[in-house]
Amino acid sequence: MSLEGVAGEERSDYTKEESRAIRQRSLRLLGSLLSPLKARLVLTAVVVVVSTGLQVAGPALIAFGIDQGLPALMKASDWFPLGAAVGGYLIAGIAGAVLIAQYTVLSARISQAILFDLRKRVYLHAQRLSLEFHETYTSGRIIARQTSDLDAIRELLDSGINGLVRGVLYMVFIAIALVSLDPFSGLVLAGALVPLWFLVRWFQKSSQNLFRRTRVASASVIVHFVESMTGIRAVKAFRKEKRNEKEFGGLVEEYRDANAKVIQLFGIFDPGLILIGNVTVAVVLLVGGFRVIGGGLEIGALLAVVLYTRRFFDPMEEMAMFYNSYQSAAAALEKISGVLEEEPSVPDPARPVRLPKASGAVRFDDVTFAYNGDRVVLPEFELDIPAGQTIALVGSTGAGKSTLAKLISRFYDPTKGSVSLDGVDLRQLDAQDLRRAIVMVTQEAYLFSGSVGENIALGKPGASFDEIRHAAQAVGAHEFIMSMPDGYDTDVNKRGGRVSAGQRQLVSFARAFLADPSVLILDEATASLDIPSERLVQEGLTTLLADRTAVIIAHRLSTVAIADRVLVMEHGRIVEDGSPEQLISGTGRFAQLHAAWRDSLV
Amino acid sequence: MRSTTPPDRQQPREHRAGTAATLAKIYPFVKPAMPRLVLGAVAALFAGLVSLVIPLVLQTLVDGPLSSRDGTQIVPAVILVLVLGAAEAVFIALRRWFVLTPGTHVEATMRNAFYAKLQDLPVAFHDRWASGQLLSRAMSDLGLIRRWLSFGIVLLVVNVVTIVVGFVVLFFWSWQLGLLFLICSIPLWIYGYVFEQKYSVVARRSQDQQGDLATAVEESVHGIRVLKAFGRGRHSLEKFARQAEELRGTEIEKAQAIAGIWLWLLLVPDVAFALSLLGGVLLAANDVLTVGQLFAFFATATVLRFPIESIGFLLSMTFDTRTAVDRLYEVLDADNAITDPDSPSTVEDARGRLVFDAVHFRYQDSPRQFPDLLNGVDLEVRPGETMALVGLTGSGKTTLTSLTTRLYDVTDGAVRLDGVDVRDLSREELRSHIAMAFEDATLFSASVRDNVLLGRPELAHPEQAVEAERVMREALEVAQASFVDELPEGVDTKVGEEGLSLSGGQRQRLALARAVAARPEVLVLDDPLSALDVDTEARVEAGLRRVLSDTTALIVAHRPSTVTLADRVALLENGRVTDVGEHGELLARNEHYRFVISSLDEEEEARQKHTQTGTLDIIPDEGSFERPAAWAEEGRE
Repeated sequence: MSLEGVAGEERSDYTKEESRAIRQRSLRLLGSLLSPLKARLVLTAVVVVVSTGLQVAGPALIAFGIDQGLPALMKASDWFPLGAAVGGYLIAGIAGAVLIAQYTVLSARISQAILFDLRKRVYLHAQRLSLEFHETYTSGRIIARQTSDLDAIRELLDSGINGLVRGVLYMVFIAIALVSLDPFSGLVLAGALVPLWFLVRWFQKSSQNLFRRTRVASASVIVHFVESMTGIRAVKAFRKEKRNEKEFGGLVEEYRDANAKVIQLFGIFDPGLILIGNVTVAVVLLVGGFRVIGGGLEIGALLAVVLYTRRFFDPMEEMAMFYNSYQSAAAALEKISGVLEEEPSVPDPARPVRLPKASGAVRFDDVTFAYNGDRVVLPEFELDIPAGQTIALVGSTGAGKSTLAKLISRFYDPTKGSVSLDGVDLRQLDAQDLRRAIVMVTQEAYLFSGSVGENIALGKPGASFDEIRHAAQAVGAHEFIMSMPDGYDTDVNKRGGRVSAGQRQLVSFARAFLADPSVLILDEATASLDIPSERLVQEGLTTLLADRTAVIIAHRLSTVAIADRVLVMEHGRIVEDGSPEQLISGTGRFAQLHAAWRDSLV
Repeated sequence: MRSTTPPDRQQPREHRAGTAATLAKIYPFVKPAMPRLVLGAVAALFAGLVSLVIPLVLQTLVDGPLSSRDGTQIVPAVILVLVLGAAEAVFIALRRWFVLTPGTHVEATMRNAFYAKLQDLPVAFHDRWASGQLLSRAMSDLGLIRRWLSFGIVLLVVNVVTIVVGFVVLFFWSWQLGLLFLICSIPLWIYGYVFEQKYSVVARRSQDQQGDLATAVEESVHGIRVLKAFGRGRHSLEKFARQAEELRGTEIEKAQAIAGIWLWLLLVPDVAFALSLLGGVLLAANDVLTVGQLFAFFATATVLRFPIESIGFLLSMTFDTRTAVDRLYEVLDADNAITDPDSPSTVEDARGRLVFDAVHFRYQDSPRQFPDLLNGVDLEVRPGETMALVGLTGSGKTTLTSLTTRLYDVTDGAVRLDGVDVRDLSREELRSHIAMAFEDATLFSASVRDNVLLGRPELAHPEQAVEAERVMREALEVAQASFVDELPEGVDTKVGEEGLSLSGGQRQRLALARAVAARPEVLVLDDPLSALDVDTEARVEAGLRRVLSDTTALIVAHRPSTVTLADRVALLENGRVTDVGEHGELLARNEHYRFVISSLDEEEEARQKHTQTGTLDIIPDEGSFERPAAWAEEGRE
């Protein structure tokens, strides 16, 4: 089973090789995130090394104070050793504290830089991935990747890394101090590392799959949550609340269970650490005690050794917490790196051909299109749309009209053959130029939060207010916009900003008008308009389409009136092609459709 | 910078409850877990105390056997240390065992309650709240509460107690040194207070910005087609990056606040240690203190170091949690104006008579100078009748339909079903009498079958399988949704968010089938055929006609073809129903109606070329309707 990209994401039972491959993928991602931060990382490392070193000096100075300062004071009234110990301690303590505070800010800057980078990468990559990917991967999951998975990574960076870096350094310095103070006790500590290693290995192994399970479970919770909230009207209208609560409850329980299992593991790991620590302290005491009696060790040194040993295990709990967040972040990173590994099936060209001003001639050469490579939707065909022509695409639902339109706007690439604009294969065309030249308006007119004006300006970022208003006027959206509380500044999610489906379509028309493309594709873009609005839009269209290529898909054949040419599609094939007059006067499919439509009018 | 949260989230500062009072709000959820939490705290306390006893043993060892060079006492002392060390580990294991599982239960209960509350809250609430903000509450905020419950609060209590006990022990070893330690820690308490003020504000901002970011992510995914069609992926990234940048700034501010308290938490023990060293050695030199006592003092102080240092982390966690609780309760405490009546009436013998009686409606946040959106609607839909609702875009047709099932409540007047005010019925009953199909057809992640039978939960019973199949088939037949049989797994194919994506027309037909399958007394359809092609539309209409013959129906219509389904048509204009009658009648007598419903005609088009664009005042003159009488005939067919 392949694990490329997001495949196999829902599994939690990877084999060893698969696990390794995924881990390497995550590490590569991590490396690429860290590499631009090298200088800052080095600075932070220096700060943390020095500050931890200073902190660790404490017990040695106490030992020095007791073993040297006390006798010197008592026997020779010599204040110097004591003063040195106290002064040293003060300086080390203050400097260490200040540096650690610095380190906290520095490391926050690094982790925020990483998060910022990663957020943007995932966001942009999600935008680059083809519709095909989005349609199968589902919006809930891609949202989960960008929210809860990033949260997990943030948690690691926020508290975990701090714990790890400081913890490891602390332990290293303590080990050094211990060995230099009393090599024999250092040996005891080294012995303690053996059970420690086994404990950590055990925890690592058993927690990995469980952490993956929590990621999968939390994504399911998110998917269900988002779906119920976006479909709240239907939920209420069909009394789905109780059933939803049950379903959601089930998912929540699964997530809870996964979390609880991880935590239980911790319940063994953490006390295990403490036990090892305390036993080591006892052994150090045993060995040290006999050596004090034998005269091999000063009492002050014994105190220092015991304190060091005790402190050696202090950061362990923190490090266990690090491991906790590390595991869940690693699981999250695996998923994110999977998404980032997905190659857009509609990739930007490596060497883009520029086409700053397209005339709008579209050609299909021997094009075949099949979903997933096997379900043929459009069998091989040819089509030549000269620049400036307005085409009406007619046919029953599922005849392949939208697919054809999506090929022109390069939502998909053809399975065979090529689609070209002004003789340039769309696959070679510069992405910016392609989007500037070809714009598609669909039935689902999505509005982003923000003002109505901002939503129209999406068609042309940086458009002036006059341009926006002109576009709205041209498609007949100006009136309703002005009737909203704040006109063009009305927030579509807020005060009085409710926008009906028809109004949304008008806004998306205005968007397209503002974008001013050479090729305009309208896929059922007037379906929710009432007749007077449609009339206005059509009027706007006759001016708009005068000098540009257009492909219009509409069930309402009124559109045909403004078309130069009609294509009738059936089962993915173009079965009729001609001017509206020709086709209406004939006896074909279109003549029938048109007659039926005439009948349906009033 | 815009923000997607509702305006009421910024509470005035003086109204903010204290951290403890806020956190106490979750007590009802925590109550069942309380015994275990308390036991956990007790276990943790014992662990802390045991760790404080160890220095005591060390002191005896140093002052006794070690100074008298008596080797025989070492082994028993070491064994004692070993036993105490093991006891500490056991108590910590107990703490975890007691505390952690109930924490996850509390989290799950709260998450379910939050979800249930959201489902119960009216549509008006959801209009106001971006779902990203809700999502960040349901996931991150609740996760935070869980961690705080099972970790933060327990350790906070225990560490504070450990510190207090530790201080007592320090005083026991030497009151002079203990006092020194205590005085040194005073700046810590002061700074802790300052920290709360600073940190809570930043923490709140950070969590809100995270919610905004989640909203931005969600929109970028749901609006992906638009962004792709206009090639605005990069443009939207800029906006997203700006928001992410703001969050980054806030997070760094947060880190600075944490660094501030960290500084003190590290500084104070270190200074105290240094001064204690000075004082301790002096006291020892003057024989006030034995070396063993000095040894024990430092051992105890070392044990206390970690609890003291951890206070900073625990405090920031507590304040984060407090913010999370605040955010959560903004939803949990939200007023729900649309609730079931205390003693609901029932409609005994539902016949489907739907009456709008002087109905007024305005959206709560509609500016004052605006008139009511629905400004006194009177309309009666007779049992079994099909009524089409016609009006301009934005005239309130959809709003009027949502009043029937109480997605919104009227602001004045009443909607009555068979003589009973819909507000006197339980929502459950009301919505079983009235089924809806919406403009934007929402399908859920479930099989086609489950989606169609959504309004018939009683058919889910295995005994009803045959009946369920029949109802589903019939509904699919009416909605002309035979395409489902060509899906990979037929009617068992999963559709919706997590399943196969269907075209707009396909979704619309399934949503229609769902409304039909619900077999309600009243069907409310909001422009149900907008995405269908002419052929399919005609066939769906034929099917609908059969169903509608004995069902009351209210249909929002944009097209003449849909209107012809109806027995009568109501014209919505300026917030009122200005005319009701048969299609033909209205065509003949009502100019506004003709303007709204009559289609583009060639003569009209020619005429319109002369009129201005961009205005709504193009009213066709009588001349463009040559044969009103003949059309009226057609309309009656």
